[in-house]
Amino acid sequence: MILARTLFSAALAVGPLSLAHAQAPVKIGFVSTLSGPAGYLGQDIRDAFLLAMEREGGNRLGGVPVQLVVEDDGLKPGAAKQIVDRFLKTERIRVVTGVVFSHLAVSIVPDVVDTGALFLSPNAGPSNFAGKECHKNYFVYSWQNDALHESAGALANNLGYKNAFVLAANYQAGKDAVAGFKRLFKGKIVEEVYTKLDQTDFAAEMARIRAAKPDVVYQFHPGGTGIAFLKQYAQAGLNAQIPMVGAEPMLDVATLRAVGDTALGLNVGVKWNTDFDNPESRDFVAAFQKKYNRVPSYYAGQGWDTAQALAAALRVVGSDNPDKLAAELRKANFKSIRGPFRFGPNQHPVQDWYQVQPVKNADGSLSLKTVGKILAGHGDAFSKDCKL
Amino acid sequence: MLNLAVEQALNGLQLGVTLFLLAAGLTLIFGIMGVINIAHGSLYMIGAFFCAATLAATKSFLLALLAGIGGAALAGMLMEMLVMRRLYARDHLDQVLATFGLSLCVNEAFSIVFGQRPLYVDIPPWLAGSVEVVAGVPYPTYRLAIVVVGLLVALGLYLLISHTRIGMLVRAGSTHRDMVRALGVDVRLLYTLVFGLGALLAGLAGLMAGPVYTVQVGMGEQILILTFVVVVIGGLGSIRGAFLAAMIVGLVDTALRAFVPPWLKTFMEASAADALGGGLSSLGIYLLMALVLLVKPRGLLPAHG
Repeated sequence: MILARTLFSAALAVGPLSLAHAQAPVKIGFVSTLSGPAGYLGQDIRDAFLLAMEREGGNRLGGVPVQLVVEDDGLKPGAAKQIVDRFLKTERIRVVTGVVFSHLAVSIVPDVVDTGALFLSPNAGPSNFAGKECHKNYFVYSWQNDALHESAGALANNLGYKNAFVLAANYQAGKDAVAGFKRLFKGKIVEEVYTKLDQTDFAAEMARIRAAKPDVVYQFHPGGTGIAFLKQYAQAGLNAQIPMVGAEPMLDVATLRAVGDTALGLNVGVKWNTDFDNPESRDFVAAFQKKYNRVPSYYAGQGWDTAQALAAALRVVGSDNPDKLAAELRKANFKSIRGPFRFGPNQHPVQDWYQVQPVKNADGSLSLKTVGKILAGHGDAFSKDCKL
Repeated sequence: MLNLAVEQALNGLQLGVTLFLLAAGLTLIFGIMGVINIAHGSLYMIGAFFCAATLAATKSFLLALLAGIGGAALAGMLMEMLVMRRLYARDHLDQVLATFGLSLCVNEAFSIVFGQRPLYVDIPPWLAGSVEVVAGVPYPTYRLAIVVVGLLVALGLYLLISHTRIGMLVRAGSTHRDMVRALGVDVRLLYTLVFGLGALLAGLAGLMAGPVYTVQVGMGEQILILTFVVVVIGGLGSIRGAFLAAMIVGLVDTALRAFVPPWLKTFMEASAADALGGGLSSLGIYLLMALVLLVKPRGLLPAHG
């Protein structure tokens, strides 16, 4: 029976390497936040990953048979740690990916890389592992967290704002965000406010913004709290008086749909958008919409790029040998939907950042439109401390 | 400065009435039936989701309103008949476990049906925009409407409980439960009705919160913790206590967030002041709860004399 199945899959195999044909599929551990209010983030990454596998004829990456082992961490670091432990010890998985939230990445990345396995991050890019603590088996395909918000700081400069009121949720990524914004923003910070992580009523903050009369507001609130912030900003009548800038997480496609027209007038710094005019991006957006009947978020885009990078490495190596795969992954020899993609010395992206704005389509729906470039070939502030 | 104070006072009031609508149901259910209902946040979520879904389907605010409060009340009564009834005789730990489990089930069911992406709810056009409460303080009309509705409901609840026959039974049920039973009142029906009323109030709070906050799975748990603080400060089972405590918590929470960090900045370095101020204001209401319990261990206006 097993022999028959092996022969059958060998007959189906179309990869360039004969070596890959007869072996068991390469297992890829995918641990992500799939349930709870933030569950749609992990689902988008997973769906893009599965789409990449499906487009190679099903359960294949780079022509090599793969098996995606999907687990939900429920946004709990403890659960993520247990899952990864099982991946590494019981299932002998050598490639782990999927994580959305930085504080979860912080809790599991050391476990993965210390056993010699690879970690490919499709979203989280905490500062902890970008500098001195960087690792040869750790690759990030989204951004380094600070760099993401540096784009918003640079955008505020470009738009000529002289002072800013900054707000962020009071946790690690919120503090990284404010640090990133301030690193490139040349103007004065009028006030710096940290809100509770689960706060949904921002009326008190709105009143403070109104009283402070800044040139611009910069804010970072993940998921549903960000939606509440944008809605209340408009309801307080502030969006007509004080413009707002932010980075990608402020306005993804789900947020845009939830806040509606009140998003008009926002300026956002992003590394990729659905309207990018390159064959890879057009192809991905069309395929994703066809399969899932929704517009891919940038999380989906990152999941896709991560899958493409892994596919390129698997195509050359043909197995899950971590050292050989790492050597290939380091070359980043794949076609990203962002256009040119390369790694800095700490294996985090060095990439261009763009300004996007929400626009109203003819049918009344909203979409994001790319209007210009903010930063070119931008790395991050920590790579100089990384000695690989 | 005065303008800021007026705006923040209104914000505090608005948070206060939202908390009151939730706390009233919670404390009523505890007072009458002695049940601690962790699934109360689910009823808040049910109100918001039913309202949002009906609005999206019919574009009618009236139907959405009816669906929101009706749906929550029905869900509450079902919850009482199917689950709670079996729990009255058990101790609080069993009740907490069962209702917590129930809230998990409701959350999962909603994410299966509605998905996990947050829903969007419009503000009715006649409540959009803002009005100048005092010169130079534009305040969102919708938030003012929440305050007005909340205060009206509080008044209605007061009249219902202290001036009607049902209210009399409710009061009697909370202080002399066995006597009410002995007098031949259909306690089962009373319990179901009270549970339905509590659920209705939670649903109302949820549907009004929809356009301001985010309509998403798990939204009830976020506010439930604050509601428990209100119920504890007010005194378990006391509606008057819940009202007083909701107003105090709403105003104190808002005032701390609004005024502590700027005040700290007058003598501290800015980022340190923000960090400390943020910490102090999230701590504030729990500190308040601890202080109240220290002075009055049974809450401000305890129900059982």
